[in-house]
Amino acid sequence: MYAATSVAGGLGTGLISFYIGIAITAALRAAFGYNAWDTDLNVTIGFVFGLIGWIMGIGAWGSWGREWFGMKTYARKAPGWQRYFTFCTDHKVIGIQYLVTFMIIFFMAGLLAMGIRTQLAQSDSTFLSNGQYNAVMSMHGIMMVAVAVAAVIGGFGNYAVPIMIGADDMAFPRLNALSFWLVPVTAVTLLTTPFLGGLDHGWTAYPPLSVFTNSSQTLFDLAIITFGLSSILSGLNFIVTIIYMRAPGMTWGKLPIFVWAMFTTAWLALLYTQGFAVALFMIVLSRVAGLSFFDAAKGGDPILYQHVFWFYSHPAVYIMVLPGLGVFLEVITHFSRKPLFAYKYAVGGFMGILGLSGVVWAHHMFTSGMPNYLHGPILVTTEMISIPTGLVFLSALGTIWMGKLWLRAPMLFALAVLVNFACGGVTGIFLADVPTDIHLHDTYFVVAHFHYTIVGGEIFALFAGIYFWFPKMTGRMYNERLAQIHFWWMFIAFNVTFFTMHWPGIEGMNRRISTYPHSLQAVNLFISISAFSLGASFIPFIWNMLYSWARGPVAGPNPWRARTLEWQVSSPPPLENFPTPPVVRDHPYDYGVPGSVHGLFPNAGAPAPAPAGGGGGGQ
Amino acid sequence: MAVAAPAAGHGHHVHPKRAAMNRVGLWLFFFSESIVFALLAMTRFYLKGIEIDKVDQALGLGITIILLASSVSAFTAETAIEHDRRTLASWGLFITIALGVLFAFGVAFEWYTAEFTKDSAFGTAFFTMTGMHAFHVISGVFMLGLVWAQLLRGRYSSKDHWPFSGIVMYWHFVDIVWVFFYPALYLVSTPK
Ligand SMILES: [Cu+2]
Repeated sequence: MYAATSVAGGLGTGLISFYIGIAITAALRAAFGYNAWDTDLNVTIGFVFGLIGWIMGIGAWGSWGREWFGMKTYARKAPGWQRYFTFCTDHKVIGIQYLVTFMIIFFMAGLLAMGIRTQLAQSDSTFLSNGQYNAVMSMHGIMMVAVAVAAVIGGFGNYAVPIMIGADDMAFPRLNALSFWLVPVTAVTLLTTPFLGGLDHGWTAYPPLSVFTNSSQTLFDLAIITFGLSSILSGLNFIVTIIYMRAPGMTWGKLPIFVWAMFTTAWLALLYTQGFAVALFMIVLSRVAGLSFFDAAKGGDPILYQHVFWFYSHPAVYIMVLPGLGVFLEVITHFSRKPLFAYKYAVGGFMGILGLSGVVWAHHMFTSGMPNYLHGPILVTTEMISIPTGLVFLSALGTIWMGKLWLRAPMLFALAVLVNFACGGVTGIFLADVPTDIHLHDTYFVVAHFHYTIVGGEIFALFAGIYFWFPKMTGRMYNERLAQIHFWWMFIAFNVTFFTMHWPGIEGMNRRISTYPHSLQAVNLFISISAFSLGASFIPFIWNMLYSWARGPVAGPNPWRARTLEWQVSSPPPLENFPTPPVVRDHPYDYGVPGSVHGLFPNAGAPAPAPAGGGGGGQ
Repeated sequence: MAVAAPAAGHGHHVHPKRAAMNRVGLWLFFFSESIVFALLAMTRFYLKGIEIDKVDQALGLGITIILLASSVSAFTAETAIEHDRRTLASWGLFITIALGVLFAFGVAFEWYTAEFTKDSAFGTAFFTMTGMHAFHVISGVFMLGLVWAQLLRGRYSSKDHWPFSGIVMYWHFVDIVWVFFYPALYLVSTPK
């Protein structure tokens, strides 16, 4: 059984290396006259050993590491589904690995949210202790951030980008596999934090608390630094892939809009992820080596952390949202059966967001005591971001305008992005403006706002993408009726939950606290009930996915009659994607333009089975 | 790690632009790494401005010269393998490794004899920046060692030397980082 030996091999070498690392550290400490056990230090060194052991054990040694020592490499050739449990370098396998992994993390983090809402259903609830509440809230936060950062990039980015540009794989397939196999380490490490006391600082890990709290903080730091490494490496891989692997004729002006979104996102990941990693690295050094970055009594400054942290974590919003907006425009144009409106302006919008996102981070720090002269400039740059974002919206609205909308599940989710993200944008203005932010900072207004942008914007786009590419990935069609039930249920429950949440925020209800004034009891109970409903809305989704993957009707190569290259090959596509290499002639979204063909397969003799375009709607 | 990254996916054909892709990939990796170093340098200026505690100027200048010299020997080694001069390439790598180890010992000595402590702002910045840089030097030495071992066993030629060139590029990068770190830690003002 390949799958079992592969995973067991990785776990075995990983765990053995972990304990060897701990033992070496303890022995050295004892040899130099220190107390042999220091949880933070020993676990840190053990983690580094364990990480290397796991990566090598899962298959990197055989297919990569041996080369460094001049030996011949080999790869496990596992059949069928067992590939998903090996160090497989096929981008389609890696895409599905990412997607399934992050859906699992998504639902685990969603259950934690149910725990939060159970606690908050009553103002004096004792469902969770304060410590438990902190741990549950922090885990929900960081796991959802991980999902938002990597589900669309890792899932659809890996699966769709190489096919959409006419490539046979990513530029660095083994680096791609490495990026994925770092993720389970991150997930497992986060899940072990409760055993060292549980997190108590939310996903942001501000010092001084994060320096003085229990050792679960160290696990958190190591997990996220590993995740950051994964993000950076996959960003690098996407950039090189998109620059060098495009098919003949696939010029920058004909790149599908999702690929453009991924290209800008990859630059964001490559340029900014270091901020989070360096910030957490400084916390690790403060904890294990006693350095004084953040200790004001010893010349440090806690605000330093916030600058470095938000240097990543504001752009991270765009790392989450940009690929979502890419899926959104992609689906909008295919299901409006019209050319994408203002394609160049949408690309310009992505570029503008890429450029501006690096100079707005301090809008998270208006109340943290940073110098006052930064308030004005940061307010202006933050509001300026609405200009490029507006271009993307303009592109979507212009495409929908007078289009023959084909209201299948992917399109419904894409249209919901339009509504939700607009709401998130409008509430963002109050948080970008210093006077209103000082009142609203750290309240449930902020919670409502970022759930509107990230869940409403990106996660809805994630589901649009799942329904859109499901037939391509599995070769089978999902059940439309269940998908529509999922959509309406999720859309309504989401909006009821989070629109209502602005209200206790304006009333001053603090986020991240397990209790609140009794006067806000009724509205919180209402929010909790609709949150439970939101949680339940995923039941039809899960059933639909599992059932349709196994038993759904065969979808055929191009059920949406779409023009982009991934729909011109069989579902699922063969290894290395194209039996004969494609050549690109016209724009990908020329629906209704006579004689326009996007992908040609000259060596196969016949043009691609591209749709005629025009009003292809109706069910 | 990134040095050995490339090679075609499934082995049966090599992308025509493979060499360029490898180089650009490595450059992007350096670009990304340089942001880590830049953030650490900014941390130093944020906490301490341009103030300098008592550092060993002679030692600092000495290890800087050693590291710059190692870039020259690394360049010599790479040029040599491009012309199939294996003996010269081997000596070049050996000297680079030796100078790299010497540099790391220099940093260790500086740490050992430093008069400032780690729980001061300057000490925190100094140990973090030199430590992060020394970590890159040591990992570079390790990778140079791997390449050297394979060179001695007859691998690499003017036609096939990507891992060789990749690690030399990495070595130059680590060197350039020090070109910024050295003044930031030793020269930006006169110590009080
Ligand atoms: Cu922000």
